[in-house]
Amino acid sequence: MSRRTRLAFFGVAVAALAVTLGVGLAGLPSFGSQITAYAGMLNELAQRQRHVTDVVSAITFDYRGIDTLFEEFILLSAVAGISVLLRPLSDETRKLPEDKAPDRSIPPPSPAVWLLAVFLGSLLVLTGIETVTHGQLTPGGGFQGGVILASALYVVYLGTNYVTVERFEPAPLLEASDGTGASGYVFIGLLGLLAGASFLSNVVGLGTAGTLISGGTIPLLNLVVGLEVAGGFAILASEFLDQTAVIRTRQR
Amino acid sequence: MSEAVIAVALVWAAVSGTAVVLTRDPLRQAFVAGFFGLGLAFLYLSLQAGDVALSQIVVGAIAVPLIVLLSLAKVRKDRE
Repeated sequence: MSRRTRLAFFGVAVAALAVTLGVGLAGLPSFGSQITAYAGMLNELAQRQRHVTDVVSAITFDYRGIDTLFEEFILLSAVAGISVLLRPLSDETRKLPEDKAPDRSIPPPSPAVWLLAVFLGSLLVLTGIETVTHGQLTPGGGFQGGVILASALYVVYLGTNYVTVERFEPAPLLEASDGTGASGYVFIGLLGLLAGASFLSNVVGLGTAGTLISGGTIPLLNLVVGLEVAGGFAILASEFLDQTAVIRTRQR
Repeated sequence: MSEAVIAVALVWAAVSGTAVVLTRDPLRQAFVAGFFGLGLAFLYLSLQAGDVALSQIVVGAIAVPLIVLLSLAKVRKDRE
């Protein structure tokens, strides 16, 4: 295709995009204008109906819980896809690099780095658990908390080395966490059917708004999502780390 | 007051977003992208979207840098 034809195609595409985008943008409500009726209604009703103080949680895990179910499975398939993609291929081997100077030992990380890793790692685990369990009360929830939990693994790697971090990421446990989390969402949804209501209805006792045990199925769903995301992101981290640290092209 | 904060956040996101595109070295780009992510998180927070801001922070500070930096390390190691 010559440069002139390409430019012509580009011109047509840009013009079409500009027109449709322009029409779309012109129809948007102005910046900072009144929120929609649906949003206003949820702000009004969510706390009374679902006993939660974070309305966003009520929307993502209850009113629109089915959307989050699909997002869970998008993440699950993404993680599965990455595991398949990053496996050792037939012309690659999986082994630790050879020690070319066995008479010299690798200096251990300085005590300051080690201390920081211990401190930061435990702090991250604590923050992760806090974020997962307080989803119905404050901003945050299963997804955010799950990623924070998985990030504790990176800190272990930064503070030590590959051999140590491998002990912290047993593949069966991470995969079980990922799978249990994803299926747990479905099972909690089935509770609704068992109770004679529709799938994913909030059938568990709602508790007192503003306390840790409130919101019925919302904190339970946050918990399973946290489990899935923490496992998924830990798998992601270990797959990428393996690629960098131990997977090599086979020497011919 | 809140308009000023939102304006700062919007300008920050626009400027750093452009900077990400204009940075050509992938390693430096990862750092600039982190700064862009921080701007986005600040923008969401200034618009009172706390949940989205938290998601942006965990993705921008943990997931993306990890994938980018480890991929760069892998590519460089293979070239040696």
